[in-house]
Amino acid sequence: MSSAHRLPASTPTRAPRAGLLRRLLAHPLGGVSLVLLAVIGAVAVAAPWVAPHDPTATDLRMIFAEPGGGYALGGDSAGRDVLSRLLVATACSIAGGLLVAGVAALVGVTAGLVAGFFGGWIDTLGAWFTALTMSLPSIIVLIAARSVMGPSMWWTMAIFGALVSPVYYRVVYNAVRGVRGELYIDAARTSGLSNTRIIGRHVLMAVRAPVVLLTAGVVAAGIGMQAGFDFLGLGDPTTPTWGQMLNEGFYNINRSRLLVLWPALALGLTTVFLTLLGTALRDELEGPSDARRRRNRAPWAPDGPLPAVIDHGNAPEGEPLLVVRDLAVAYPSENGFATVVRNGRLTVHRGETHGLVGESGSGKSQTAFSVLGLLPRGGTVVAGSIVFDGDELVGRTDEQMNRLRGSRIAYVPQEPMSNLDPSFTVGDQLTEPLVTVLGLSKAEAERRALDLLEQVGIPDPRRTYASYPHQLSGGMAQRVLIAGAVASRPDLLIADEPTTALDVTVQAEVLDLLRDLRDELGMAVLIVTHNFGVVADLCDRVSVMQEGVVVETGTTRDVFADPRHPYTRALFAAIPKGAPRAPLAGVTSAGALGTGRIA
Amino acid sequence: MNGSLLTVDDLVVEYPGRGFRAPPFRAVEGVSFDIRPGETVGLVGESGSGKTTIGRAILGLAPVSAGTVTFRGEDISRPTPRRRRELTRDLQVVYQDPYSSLNPSLTIGDSLAEPLVVRRTPKQQARARVRELLDTVGLPTDAADRMPREFSGGQRQRVAIARALALDPTLIVCDEPVSALDLSTQALVLELFLEIQQRTGVAYLFISHDLAVVREMSHRVAVLHRGELVEWGPGDVVTSAPEHPYTQRLLLASPVPDPAAQEQRRADRLRLRELQAEQDLQAGTA
Repeated sequence: MSSAHRLPASTPTRAPRAGLLRRLLAHPLGGVSLVLLAVIGAVAVAAPWVAPHDPTATDLRMIFAEPGGGYALGGDSAGRDVLSRLLVATACSIAGGLLVAGVAALVGVTAGLVAGFFGGWIDTLGAWFTALTMSLPSIIVLIAARSVMGPSMWWTMAIFGALVSPVYYRVVYNAVRGVRGELYIDAARTSGLSNTRIIGRHVLMAVRAPVVLLTAGVVAAGIGMQAGFDFLGLGDPTTPTWGQMLNEGFYNINRSRLLVLWPALALGLTTVFLTLLGTALRDELEGPSDARRRRNRAPWAPDGPLPAVIDHGNAPEGEPLLVVRDLAVAYPSENGFATVVRNGRLTVHRGETHGLVGESGSGKSQTAFSVLGLLPRGGTVVAGSIVFDGDELVGRTDEQMNRLRGSRIAYVPQEPMSNLDPSFTVGDQLTEPLVTVLGLSKAEAERRALDLLEQVGIPDPRRTYASYPHQLSGGMAQRVLIAGAVASRPDLLIADEPTTALDVTVQAEVLDLLRDLRDELGMAVLIVTHNFGVVADLCDRVSVMQEGVVVETGTTRDVFADPRHPYTRALFAAIPKGAPRAPLAGVTSAGALGTGRIA
Repeated sequence: MNGSLLTVDDLVVEYPGRGFRAPPFRAVEGVSFDIRPGETVGLVGESGSGKTTIGRAILGLAPVSAGTVTFRGEDISRPTPRRRRELTRDLQVVYQDPYSSLNPSLTIGDSLAEPLVVRRTPKQQARARVRELLDTVGLPTDAADRMPREFSGGQRQRVAIARALALDPTLIVCDEPVSALDLSTQALVLELFLEIQQRTGVAYLFISHDLAVVREMSHRVAVLHRGELVEWGPGDVVTSAPEHPYTQRLLLASPVPDPAAQEQRRADRLRLRELQAEQDLQAGTA
């Protein structure tokens, strides 16, 4: 059992530091938009040298000139070269967009980091300012600012940046709240890092991806806003911008139709490329979508012969209730299939409790979910058979399984709290299936639900019936779920780690309850667990799973007394033996109680 | 206290209540115990017993409302931020969840070097120390250049232990360090804890809900129930012949992995339950 020392030989995940840039270039959308944005950027920088004419020089002969003949894209209403103006305006527009994003990011990210990390009154203040800023109509603020500051593009864009900073603030704030509770932040603190360092190193890293993503959109919004502002004639008339050109083209659309086309094209393409880049960034930073994975896959095939099962025998007489044979469950993966269950074999008899034990990843829960027909998305039973009371379950439709699940096969989950709807009372949730599946009237259902609650040992059934889930303790919630599960008097109850989330004293009571109900109702119980103590307490028979294969099965007494498979033996060897540690040398028993004060 | 490394005396931890003028919530209610150099003290209790809060209070991550925490004779209940950072050299921690206790975007090597780099250890020296630490916890040296996601839970827990050891601390708070691990991995990690203690003489505050694990690891054991210390003494006594009714219930509720012995224990538990219910009834009527 040296698995802890074994590292995966090679992981197919992308190399961690193969830069984002390289991954973006490989992305079909990202590569194209990145290259074209780079070209636009180069134009913006080189425009003064590349432009064939002075963008402000007027030539009366060229007023509304057709494209070609000296001016490549024609002349405007003042006889200026449209191409030169377009090129020079690029710098202005891009710089405007970047300024908006820069100011917004600086204000929003800083405030979001501080408020998210420290919380308290800073948080309250931040929320207040955000709400205030977002409720301001930005165009009116900008017009007001212009009348005070004069027609400066830079001031306008900077103020606009401050106005959109709440977008960053919210995203960063939420991301920081998310990681602040992570243990690695606490661990950094116990490593002796100061708050500034923790924010700069651990927290900033977590918000990096959403901020990068957001920036592509904000730059585009900034460029759009600037164009809109200039279009309204509120910009600085001395520098050529796309918005001004749009304005002019629009006014003269009857005299020269093409004038409006060029700035619109420049504006549109830049925004589209920025948006596409944002999409590509999201794909690369947040993982590819499912769609990209599903391509040319060979059908599933077993990998090698099925290993043998060690069977201790001593099976009870009679027709078994549930027989699972040669079960295989697989999930589609990037290259073919990931097989999580390779050989599931189970025989559960009427009225017996069968334990399915194994470590995480052994496929025990997947086997149980296959019987329920409730495999998580993508999971498929690719081989084998599941026979329940003489009927084959593999290949049944959802509807057929639904009918079976509601009545003859019941399920108790691991997390009681997350399996109760917080917005309905316990009574509502218990009576609903009684009415819809068993066809009882409302009053009958209520009476039955109260009986059930009493049956599962809830001291005050009426109060619990009227309670909301958050008013219950974990043990009570699990009792409620068990009550719901046994409501239809099922033949088989499948319990997936039903006590793992509970305290030991509560666990003991829930195990007692399951035992009593089994005896009372004569149902079979299939209990999935990793805890050998639970198996010893409750189970008549047990099957041990390892890496998707049932390796050993038999009565609990036989398997515990004489484990034969090496894996079963290793598991038993790993159980804490309960040998207490000798007291530390020099500490006597009496002295040990020294400073402790018993409450 | 004489001979004690760390003394917790009448510790009270309160969290502000939710809502306007709500009374504060008391997570820990006057708890006292001590830890000697090289000793393991086990802290057992169920959820809500305050065991994790005590560990956090010692590390300065939870507010101490009353009482004191004394480390080597110095009161560290309310230190300055600067002193708190210095104390991290001696007081370290290993958390339960090996998945969230490592920053997913830092390599293992960067995570391990962090406490060293903060103290301005030269790069060369830090790298050598990281290699040494990985070796101590039984991981290959090339693990330093890998990301946390490439490791299993048990391996990550080894990394977390290595990080705690980086500064040669004298006390490590182990907060449910094996609860998230599989049985076979759990045994190996427990073994590693014992081995490190033998080699370095570090003391542990071992927090767990699992009586069997605490019993195997601890020289002395403290039992907590609803923020109060209900039993405290040598490990073998507390975990095999407890005196307090709550500890008795806790012990008998933990199932043993042996069908015959468990049947016996179950019968004992039901008998104890009836006995205690009777006593409660008598106490009520008396």
